[in-house]
Amino acid sequence: MPDTEQNQIHEAIAQAISEHDTILFMKGTPEAPACGFSARTVAALQSLQAPFAAVDVLPDPRIREELSAISQWPTIPQLFVKGELVGGCDIVMEMYESGELAQTLGVDEDDEAGAGEPLGEAAAVAPGLTQIENRLG
Amino acid sequence: MPKVEEIKQRIEAAIPGAKAEVEDWTGGGDHFRATVTAQAFAGRSRIEQHRLVYAVFGAEIGGPIHALSLKTQPPG
Repeated sequence: MPDTEQNQIHEAIAQAISEHDTILFMKGTPEAPACGFSARTVAALQSLQAPFAAVDVLPDPRIREELSAISQWPTIPQLFVKGELVGGCDIVMEMYESGELAQTLGVDEDDEAGAGEPLGEAAAVAPGLTQIENRLG
Repeated sequence: MPKVEEIKQRIEAAIPGAKAEVEDWTGGGDHFRATVTAQAFAGRSRIEQHRLVYAVFGAEIGGPIHALSLKTQPPG
């Protein structure tokens, strides 16, 4: 018998990936990353001032399970842009350094306006995603 | 460091023509960095290249191999 909760998690993740142009599945939150790889990935996105949604995979191991089933990728963090897996920390950092990340995200990396300013709402966990955690209650 | 050697050998055995350099990043035996050069990577995206390497280890990633950081490239 299918595990309905697990299916719901699967659906919520798939939906989040298709609804948000840029979404990062990570350990911890952008304000408080729980691992160095997630922290570096977040820092790259923030330094480009790119808006992104973030999902903390730590609250429930099923989030990570279903995510890996969808992306066929074994590690966290995972960055998706326009519904496609861009990569984990290694790839994101290579792309950040080469300028490809700015291009992929559609941001102008030379835009210095407000450098260092907190992203506020742009970096907040998207409202729909908290439903993943609520359902696991 | 047997683990580092083992990882290197497994990558090179699984990916034709691959040359792998592996280091134990933290000295703790479960957190590695591998730089892999292989003709098999030519013409593939980074994601595809990394997937080829991760596929060698399957479910061990996140388990006994807690982290495997990758840098991949085609030769030349």
